[in-house]
Order: sequence, then structure tokens, then C-alpha cells
Amino acid sequence: MSQGQIGAELRLVTPGMAIGPLSGKRVGSGALAQNEQIIATRLGWIREINDTVSVDPINAAYMPRSGDLIIATVAEVRNNLWFMDINGPFQGLLPMSLAPWKVEFGAARQHMGVGDSVMARVQEVDECHNVVLTMKGVGLRRINEGSILSVPVNHVERIRGNNNETLLRLREICDCRIMVGDNGKVLVDGSAEGISWARKAIMLASKSGHKQTFSADLSALEKSAPKRGDA
Amino acid sequence: MGGYGDIKLLREDGLRLDGRKIDEMRPIEIEAGILPGADGSAWVKHGLNIAVAAVYGPMEAHPRKIQRQDRCVIDVRYNMAPFSTSERIRPGYNRRSREISKVTAEALESVVICERYPRSKIRVEIEILSAEAGTRCAGITAAAVALADAGIPMRDLLVGVASGKVEGIVVLDLDKAEDNYGQADLPVGILPNTGEIAFLQMDGDLSPDEFNLAMEYNFKGAAEIHEIMVDALRRRYEGGEN
Repeated sequence: MSQGQIGAELRLVTPGMAIGPLSGKRVGSGALAQNEQIIATRLGWIREINDTVSVDPINAAYMPRSGDLIIATVAEVRNNLWFMDINGPFQGLLPMSLAPWKVEFGAARQHMGVGDSVMARVQEVDECHNVVLTMKGVGLRRINEGSILSVPVNHVERIRGNNNETLLRLREICDCRIMVGDNGKVLVDGSAEGISWARKAIMLASKSGHKQTFSADLSALEKSAPKRGDA
Repeated sequence: MGGYGDIKLLREDGLRLDGRKIDEMRPIEIEAGILPGADGSAWVKHGLNIAVAAVYGPMEAHPRKIQRQDRCVIDVRYNMAPFSTSERIRPGYNRRSREISKVTAEALESVVICERYPRSKIRVEIEILSAEAGTRCAGITAAAVALADAGIPMRDLLVGVASGKVEGIVVLDLDKAEDNYGQADLPVGILPNTGEIAFLQMDGDLSPDEFNLAMEYNFKGAAEIHEIMVDALRRRYEGGEN
């Protein structure tokens, strides 16, 4: 059996591969305990934090969790609710009682139609993966302008960086509002030049945000950034 | 599959017609992530077989009557391209492809951690572009690599492998002539790390001793294929690009 190792080195594991002995360690996501061994269940990189061994998947579908900030698109409208595409295996449900407006029964379409995008929060996910969204909260709103990008869900943390430092740097350089949804949707709003540059920078962060060369690559890209006040 | 007594499938020196030893596999090549539009994909060349698998999902299961409240369903569609054999195959589903789709889905359901995605569906498309013998095994291998590539959680990488009997001798990995004129065929789906069997079919007759020997060959073949599968996934992702 090929063995992935627990250690400082980044190791790729495939499903079924033994990561190492259990020996008091806790098993995190992407792994399971079997016969005193930790077995990977996903293709990804081993990560060990505080004695918890998990696998960071290389590809993953968005699985909503309560409290997630997401950018969703209206897929279907009913009399008293909206079905939202949340970029996951299931649609989310936004009832009119959790919309930021006072909505009369039957008038949901007057506020949002199919194709409209919103910033929302995941209110609740039950064991059957029924997802309820809310737009009641600070900053949650219908999106009227800007550009929405899609990035792999497992690359969202790369775009944010440690303590959001990558995201803050990108905002600073291009002078745009950038909102990163937990579901892999990124809203960029600002001048046309700023949006264009931010798209390139976000794709760079998504591809190589975890590498040591990223900071230098971003500095090189920064030279082509629009000057503040250009627009 | 009673065998065809006058057809020689083994040479005087004990090797097979294509020069392989009785426990030797045909050459295998695997590539992961060949279809940019799919969530996961793989290409498997096993001898003269070429199988392509694409995985989409997990997605909401439709029609709703197929949804399971506590797990996902795996929807497999196995198809042989009309040009995959020397005689043109009528396009579309037939009894054979339905059967193989069903057994492949059941085999994959036993390795995928389906409880992770209740009410949803994972769509697996297997297309055989070139067929020699053992296309269901090549399809299963391709599907397992594609599922891993798509990030679907699994207990192990399922490997499809077959052995059989020709001229009274148990051999590993039948080619076309051995499949057509041999006495038995034993395709299995093996979980190489645990040694579990996810599916098993048998065509023809094997004595208990022959069956045990055939299974021994299958486990040996599965270990070889598993190494190639892991290598294919490593080649695609190692280097920190993803």
C-alpha cells in the first residue's frame, strides 16, 4: 500500500491511501479512521493542525454551512419565495419573510426575477440538505452592478489569504469593492479598468495564492494596475 | 463458453498468442482530467481498449422520485461508440450497455461515501472509444479515476480487472481472442487497499481451485493497475498547481 506521510511536507493522497497511524490523533474532513489507521477519502493534500489530520481536497463541490456568506442567483420564483442557485448540489430557498423588503404574497417577482444575483447568508441547513437563505443582515442586498467571477470553492481561502491580507491588498491596488462568497462566487465592483485588473489578479490568486512566489507575481501584475482616480 | 477445442490460444512455449505470460497484463496507460468541462474525467488505454469517463456533480437528483433522503444516487451510463469495434455498433442504449451501467453503478455506490450528499446525484458517463475485451473493467477503472479527480469522497479507488480460462489454463487479463474462444471470464471490481470485492461476474465454468487462482491473478493485476491510477492522479496534480 502506498503511504502518504504526516509531516511538514505537502503530500498528495488519493482515496483509500493510508495517511498514517491513528495514535491519538483526531480525524478531520477528507479522511476516516480504519483499523487504527487514518485513511484518505479524497484526492488532496494532507493537513495536520492541532493533532487533527484532514485532507484539503483538490476539487470539491460547495457544501453550504449555516452562516456562510454567498453570492446566489435567482433560479425560480414562486408566490412567496425564491429558489436560488448557490453554486452547490442543491438550490437554496429564500422565503419572502427573510427578504430585506416587505413583500406581498404573489409579488415576489416584482422584487427579484430569474437571473438576478444577491448577496445572502445561509440561515439554516438541515440533515437532508434543505438550505434556507436570508437577506436580513448588514451588507446583504440585491446586486445591481459589478462583475461576478467563479473560482473553485477550495481556492476561496487563497483569494482571501491569511487574515484577509490578499483580499485587502487586491482591493487597495484596483480600488474596487471585492466580495468573496464562500460558494466560490466573487463580486467585483468599481471602474471598468479596475474590474478588468481585479479579474486577472483573482485568477492569479486562485491559481497560485498558496505558493511562495505569489507575492512577487502579484507585484509584477500590480505594474499594469490602473492608477487610482483614472476612471 | 464451452471453449473451441481446435483453436490454439497458447503457444508451445507456454506464452499466449500476443507473447504475454499467463499472469501478465496488457499495457495500461491512464490520464486524469482530460475533459475541461467535466467536474472530473479520465482516459484509460488498456491493451486496445480505450475508455473515457466523465463525472458531473453532485447535483440535485431529477426526477425527484430517484432521490434518496439519506444518500446520493450514482447514475452511470456506459456506452460503446459505433466505431469502437470493426463491425459498426448500432448507436444508443442496448441490453448489454444497460446491464454494464447497472453493475458499474452498484460497484461504485459501494466505494463512494454516498451519505455525504443526500438527495443528490452523481452522473458518471463512460464512453468506450475502442473495444478489444474487458471494456467494463476499463470503464470501471476510468470511472474511479474520474470520481477521484472530481473530488468525490471514496473509501478506495475501485479497480476493474479480469481473468479467465483458456485451454484449461487460468490466465490474467483476457484479450479479444481469449475472451471469444476461451472457457471462462471472471471480471471483478477490487478495492486494492482493503482487498474487498465490489463486484464480481463470471461467464463460463471454473473449478474452485481455478476460481481461487483466477482471483489471485485478479488481485495481482488490481495492485498493478492501482499503482498506475495513483500515478496518473499524481502527475496531474503534484507540483502544487492546484
